[in-house]
Amino acid sequence: MISPRYHREIPQRYRLEAGQCNGCQEIHFPPRAVCRKCGGEEFTTINLPTSGKVVTHTVCWIPPAEFDNQKPYVNAIVELDNGTRLTCMVCEAPPDEVTVGTKVEIVFRKLQEEPKWEVIKYGYKARVVP
Amino acid sequence: MTEFGELWQTPLRDLYAQAVNECLKDALVDRSQIQSAWIGCMSSGLFNHQEHLASILSDYAGLNGISATRVESACASGGAAFRAAYLEVASGASDFVLAGGVEKMNDGADATFCLATAADQEYEVYHGVTFPGLYAMIANAHMHKHGTTYDMLVEVAVKNHRHGAKNPKAQFPAEITADTVRNAVRVAEPLGLFDCSPVTDGAAAVLLAPVEVAKDLGKPLVTIKGSGHAVDAIALHDRRDPSRIPSVGMAAHKAFEHAGVTARDIDFCEVHDCFTIAELCCLEEIGFYEAGQAGAATLAGETALGGKLPVNTSGGLKSKGHPVGATGVGQIVEVYEQLAGRSGARQVAGARLGLAQNMGGSGGSSVVHILEVK
Repeated sequence: MISPRYHREIPQRYRLEAGQCNGCQEIHFPPRAVCRKCGGEEFTTINLPTSGKVVTHTVCWIPPAEFDNQKPYVNAIVELDNGTRLTCMVCEAPPDEVTVGTKVEIVFRKLQEEPKWEVIKYGYKARVVP
Repeated sequence: MTEFGELWQTPLRDLYAQAVNECLKDALVDRSQIQSAWIGCMSSGLFNHQEHLASILSDYAGLNGISATRVESACASGGAAFRAAYLEVASGASDFVLAGGVEKMNDGADATFCLATAADQEYEVYHGVTFPGLYAMIANAHMHKHGTTYDMLVEVAVKNHRHGAKNPKAQFPAEITADTVRNAVRVAEPLGLFDCSPVTDGAAAVLLAPVEVAKDLGKPLVTIKGSGHAVDAIALHDRRDPSRIPSVGMAAHKAFEHAGVTARDIDFCEVHDCFTIAELCCLEEIGFYEAGQAGAATLAGETALGGKLPVNTSGGLKSKGHPVGATGVGQIVEVYEQLAGRSGARQVAGARLGLAQNMGGSGGSSVVHILEVK
């Protein structure tokens, strides 16, 4: 992937910012142009809660090149305490400790080191709550 | 349709031209009568560094001067191209319209990277998710919700390879055992190598014409009875239930309504088994089975040749191969051959009404067609 995309500000990735519809209060992460519930086009920026649980998951054994040094790793869909869902890695736990319902918290981490462009990419991962 | 496989010696343009030439010879229609072509292709830009397929492929296939358009909807590109061709004929604008699909995936590019562009780059792929990973998460959710077992997924692979062994154009025309599937390396748990469709080169083409024109060609008259198409959120986490693929159900509902038939009327079908779990999800979304019931039905042999609803008689994406942009048209070719009674060792006896379901990404788009032989 090319580097200019990573100079763009992406507050949802670095600060977990979501868009809450001014009309029906539905929360969208990532933010959307149009509310999928009521069709509203006006939103207020909110911060998401960082605690949640695993909805479904996988252990990736054959990753893309830029993730090769992290295999095997867990990917999961996490549901945060307010119902918002996102996809991320689950870190700092052996893969077999993660299952449906595992409690996690979202933390800020380095995600990839891209060999070709030497871009270090950051974002959110989930960490198993002891 | 070309053979499907690792066709290292055959470039993109030759794949398409071979499929078109075979189609026109079979239809007994001269090239000069073709007015238009819709070409499904997911990612020739990444796989082959070639865009502008409408021009290069039509020119190479001797079709200069026609109207031609490339259609992209990830792995549903072929189905979407077929639907566009159907709508053009149905509108009355043209009499002879080609629906083609092509993908040349073995050309030096990193196929995993290219295919991942069908998922959300910023919110899925950025976090290390692969396509097997997305379907693995669907499988886990399905297992958790319905008690689906890995043995049920294994049977999808074994059954589709048994079908594909009867298809001379299949990439892997060989039967496999359940142990082969179980003992294969894991790609994304719970899915292993034999739960995944392969990386494939291939092309397919069919010719569409108004019924009044087609019936004078002296060929088996197969009509398009229903056509449905639906898009949904591209990211799996944006759909309410990750064990489901709603775009399939939405497209199927439209196609059934259009055709005036129900799932019970269908004699056989081709569904998008890009991963073993996908076949079960699609059969449930289309309405052949209640949610969570397709796995048991598969174990009971209902979806095998000779069962009450033969599924993926071609071998499916699993055994026949999955040249992504060509797959949707390849499915139509199989349904046509079955309805025309030309499927040889894998013929479904008395096939009159067939369904083809083609899907993009983890279900961000889906296309369903229902074909009937008169």
